[in-house]
Amino acid sequence: MQRHEPYGAETASVSADAPIVSIRDVRKFYGSLEVLKGISLDVLKGQVVCIIGPSGSGKSTLIRCINGLSDVQQGSISVAGTEVNDARLDVVALRRKVGIVFQQYNLFPHKTVLENVMLAPRLVLKESRASAEQRAKALIAKVRLTGKEDAYPGELSGGQQQRVAIARSLAMRPEIMLFDEVTAALDPETVKEVLTTIRELAADGMTCILVTHEMGFAREVADHIYFTDGGVIVEHGPPAEVFSNAKDPRTRRFLSQVI
Amino acid sequence: MIRDKVHARSSVLLMNVTRIRWQHVVGAAVLTVVALAATLILQSEPESPVATLVRWMPFILEGFGLNLVMSFLAMLLATLLGVPLGVAQVSRVYLVRTVAKGVTHLFRNTPWLVVLFTVMYVMPMTVDLGLTRVDISDWAKATLAFALPVMGNISEIVRGAIVSVPTGQWDSAQGLALTRRQTMTHIILPQCVKRSLPSWMNWYALLTLATPMAAILGVREAVGSAQAAMEAGGGRPDFLIPFYLFLLCLFFIYIYPIALLTKALEKKHAAS
Repeated sequence: MQRHEPYGAETASVSADAPIVSIRDVRKFYGSLEVLKGISLDVLKGQVVCIIGPSGSGKSTLIRCINGLSDVQQGSISVAGTEVNDARLDVVALRRKVGIVFQQYNLFPHKTVLENVMLAPRLVLKESRASAEQRAKALIAKVRLTGKEDAYPGELSGGQQQRVAIARSLAMRPEIMLFDEVTAALDPETVKEVLTTIRELAADGMTCILVTHEMGFAREVADHIYFTDGGVIVEHGPPAEVFSNAKDPRTRRFLSQVI
Repeated sequence: MIRDKVHARSSVLLMNVTRIRWQHVVGAAVLTVVALAATLILQSEPESPVATLVRWMPFILEGFGLNLVMSFLAMLLATLLGVPLGVAQVSRVYLVRTVAKGVTHLFRNTPWLVVLFTVMYVMPMTVDLGLTRVDISDWAKATLAFALPVMGNISEIVRGAIVSVPTGQWDSAQGLALTRRQTMTHIILPQCVKRSLPSWMNWYALLTLATPMAAILGVREAVGSAQAAMEAGGGRPDFLIPFYLFLLCLFFIYIYPIALLTKALEKKHAAS
């Protein structure tokens, strides 16, 4: 029965209580500058985890390492049974499991909303046009943008574009969603509509990792908070603990500034 | 009242003039040629230079047809070779990138005339295709020679357009599990078309203006034909001005609208 041991195989399925994302002692350098100084972090399936901290503390770098958009020099990043920090990594297979949404939306400006959402399922998953279109329309409805299918990104508001970006990512049926400061570039009045979409996603049981400056939202929606500063995780715990009972003075100083 | 009306009409005319300037240039050129032709028919002394020009005009225009054919084919070839070369310049494979850069810079930084002579002498006169032998005519060689420098410049335009696409486009395409190749063909290159169109047209105009260089090698394009016509008409020195003025008009009438369109596209692109 040895071959059923989770150790050692790509086929190893992640059991319910094992973390779906497990980061161990990750270090990253830009030249001689160390931006991640030994980060460890665990996310369980279905959990919502928020990473907070001052600008330049390595939050965005960390989240981009989870789907291999940035590489790391040391440590291990395990995502749904795949080791990311491995030269033989099948990066396409990894990214099919991990969706990412960015601060600047990054929609494809030469394609309509519908085409933006359909593109990856058609190209990567080789879905038929009919089924990709049907799913795309359902996702566009889910982010409350029915009627905008034929609009180009340039014709939409920031909040609408960001919701298209979320729908586009969901079209790949990811197991994990990464959100990299997705409301930071938005007008205050459109922040809410994007947060609503993420809240619904979390309620559906999607595993979400967010880098965010929306402390109220983090407190409300997160199962676990990580506070980073200077490339290390200073403190982590359930939101009630971190927000009301921060132990580290750096966390307290940061929270007193942003809340 | 009447004065007002006249004033209004003339201002309408003025507006038209400023709006469609190049059509007027074309019109003026055509009128000049027609007027010159008329004067020559009325006064048929020992043939005037203009009369000689008019007599040989179909021959010269036929030559100009070859200038156009060479420009179309050279541009097609330059684009077909230059676009992949530009993409190769941003390849992640060191060897591919280096070779592409080398070829690009070689042809961008050498005189077109030198490339023309090199192609002329390096390329064989005939090619053996197994059963048949195909002659390579001089105009075909010249076309290839004009395509090469433009290929280098298109390669550089494409490279510049690719790197000008925001890196966020790469991030989001790769975040959606597209491969590098899929990202290039579906996301990056389509966005490069609009960016590079004005420069591409500019190079077409420059290429067309360079085609008379083929005359040096005996290709019967417009300038070569005009020179042959002057020779045939007796080689009188007073032929030179009308013949070359005619050539000047011919190229100007063809190229100037392209230049205007390029400018308009550039403006539109800058605005959007």
